[in-house]
Amino acid sequence: MDTRFSQEELVFRDRVRAFLQAKLPEDIRRRTLRGLHLEKNDYVRWQKILYQQGWAAPNWPEQYGGTGWSATCKAIWADECARAGAPEVIPFGMKMVAPVIYSYGTEEQKQRFLPDILASNAWWCQGYSEPNAGSDLASLKTTAARDGDHYIVNGTKTWTTLAQFADWVFCLVRTGGPEVKDQQAISFLLIDMHSPGITVSPIRTLDGYPEVNEVHFDNVRVPVENRIGEEGRGWTYAKVLLTHERTGIARVPQTRRRLEDARARAAETGDGGASLLENPVFAQKLAELEIELIALEYTELRTLAAVNTGQAPGPESSILKIKGTEVAQQVDELQVEIAGYHGMPFVPEQFREDFGGTPVGPDTAATSWLRYFNNRKASIYGGSNEIQKNIICKAVLGLGG
Amino acid sequence: MDFNYSEEQQMLADSVRRFVQQDYDFDSRRKIVESEDCFSSQHWQTFAELGWLMVPFTEADGGLGGTAVDLLPVMEEFGRGMVVEPFLPCAVLAGGLLAECGSEAQKAELLPALIDGKLQLAFAFTEPLGRFNLADIDCRAHRDGDHYQLDGHKSVVLNGGAAEQLIVAARTNGDRCDRDGISLFLVDAGAVSRHSYKNVDGHGAADIRLDNVHVPAAARLGEEGAALAAIEKCIDRATLAVCAEAVGAMDSALEKTLEYARTRKQFGRPIGSFQALQHRMADMFIECEQARSILLMAATQLDANGGVAPRAVSAAKSRIGRAARHLGQEAVQLHGGIGVTDELDVAHLFKRLTAVQYLFGSTDFHTARFARCQ
Repeated sequence: MDTRFSQEELVFRDRVRAFLQAKLPEDIRRRTLRGLHLEKNDYVRWQKILYQQGWAAPNWPEQYGGTGWSATCKAIWADECARAGAPEVIPFGMKMVAPVIYSYGTEEQKQRFLPDILASNAWWCQGYSEPNAGSDLASLKTTAARDGDHYIVNGTKTWTTLAQFADWVFCLVRTGGPEVKDQQAISFLLIDMHSPGITVSPIRTLDGYPEVNEVHFDNVRVPVENRIGEEGRGWTYAKVLLTHERTGIARVPQTRRRLEDARARAAETGDGGASLLENPVFAQKLAELEIELIALEYTELRTLAAVNTGQAPGPESSILKIKGTEVAQQVDELQVEIAGYHGMPFVPEQFREDFGGTPVGPDTAATSWLRYFNNRKASIYGGSNEIQKNIICKAVLGLGG
Repeated sequence: MDFNYSEEQQMLADSVRRFVQQDYDFDSRRKIVESEDCFSSQHWQTFAELGWLMVPFTEADGGLGGTAVDLLPVMEEFGRGMVVEPFLPCAVLAGGLLAECGSEAQKAELLPALIDGKLQLAFAFTEPLGRFNLADIDCRAHRDGDHYQLDGHKSVVLNGGAAEQLIVAARTNGDRCDRDGISLFLVDAGAVSRHSYKNVDGHGAADIRLDNVHVPAAARLGEEGAALAAIEKCIDRATLAVCAEAVGAMDSALEKTLEYARTRKQFGRPIGSFQALQHRMADMFIECEQARSILLMAATQLDANGGVAPRAVSAAKSRIGRAARHLGQEAVQLHGGIGVTDELDVAHLFKRLTAVQYLFGSTDFHTARFARCQ
């Protein structure tokens, strides 16, 4: 057993640090660290800088433009990015649909879609959940009826994150009739968001931002060549994708940065004469969270080590989703507590770059409450934490039923 | 022992509940929250006409009796309906201070107008550097002949944007956090500069700057330098009121969650039929009951001790803060995706239940205060 970084890994870390120091645009960094919503252009601008460097897609195989890094180097990369205040990669293209395309797509589909994802020329969104198919995703109702060399798609997808920016959506649709068992009736389609018949209705989340959408499909014609793999096998491909979605979902680096930020802010926050950091109850909560985060970090490192030796991340990755979101939400709550009264005002104009007035309360207070509200989604998305516990019970603990 | 409301209190509860059901559905509330003033002056007049603004005051002050228990039926129903009209900051808190510290002349001038719904008041006590310690006041008042000059910054003043008169806590003596040396002043809202905004829970508030503001000596409420005890007493009463509001909001969050669990189907059955979720809702119910119990303890203790029961109030705020956190988070989680959208009432209950955990001192603050009061 050896849990230290090797010499090469340390050299790699220094190289990554130097790159981030030199290339991460200051305005993007500032907005990310303040916890503000970024514009589409902010994400694309940063992703294109990574593309120039050849580091846009660390999780891809090298033959499609991946970096060839070990799992440990990828972890170092994620850690340094979070530490530096780099925006997170929007996962839908890079981390979700691309692995499905390079694993199950045809040669033509790979050539058609992967380069635009790698270069961030196309923005993707995910069409899985429906108003009546959330945790029970397999009961989805959006239909794709065959009409010659097209499918005619009808239905509604929901919780579609940032669909307002999207050029493409990958969708689970029902191609089988009612007589076919749910899992065998589902196919995986890539749909151009500019197709006639698609409308996007924004849904405001708790922080007031239209982060998710309903996407309506009204007789949308989709070429059959946009189907990934075989008809009726979409569920299998989607499950692979969900596994990819779960790795990295522990979000240890991002949570650690927020925890360190909490410590710094608590030291600056007065609490009846002393600082809040000197309040023993607060200090204890901070310490307990830090300890939990260290345990989670090592649980993730153990998973990564297994991946390095060729084992696919299995249902254990549900632990990463559950604990990762729980710890992150607790750190969010700590930030709410630090802000106290000053997190209450809802003054969206002071989040703008050109805001010239005096902010209400300290600079970071105003966003901390909104982030807490917004991030209640984390224990719900990507398979709710309740569903993750069902997976652990069934697939790991052998508790059938 | 009798834990029931009196006939009058029950009638009051019924009348507030009827108002919420008939005039305060979620869409009407949204329109009010989005309006300039963050509250409906028409509703405020209704409150006055129905006598609700008399509830916090004694008969001598023109009220209905003004016990702590009297506040519960009103606040609970307001909590249920997420009412944003400034009953708490204007009538309970600022009105309470005026009744507690005001001279007969000051009361005669202002209380009838407040009770008639013609005067908006706010109590400006929180400051940018202060936290929950009520003695942490840096705003200064210097005596200058028959005037005082006030300088300082008050932040997140509830109802601070709509108030026509402010009661400002300022230091006439001593240093930040000294218990002595704090005085109260009535300040015309026109004399200060204000930045009004809406809080995350839809309630109106403001940051207020006092820059060389002159008020006559007659605008001082109560003795010079000796206001802290009265402030603590009135904040404790407001704390009890916000606890009652939280209990109503929690009951509502539980009811809405149960309703959703009975009707939302996944895997071919209502999600409420899954035992893992049933136990979560049983825990929510237990939290609601524990919260109500400690609320009734604190209210009766306040009434039995002339309105001074810091240990009881802190016990209630600590326990109810914990329950509010639990109920808010679980109601959202059990609703799933729809629970984190702005269009669902439960999401707004969650926001208010977050705010009440911090109003007048956080859960941890009150737990520590309870321990000190042993």
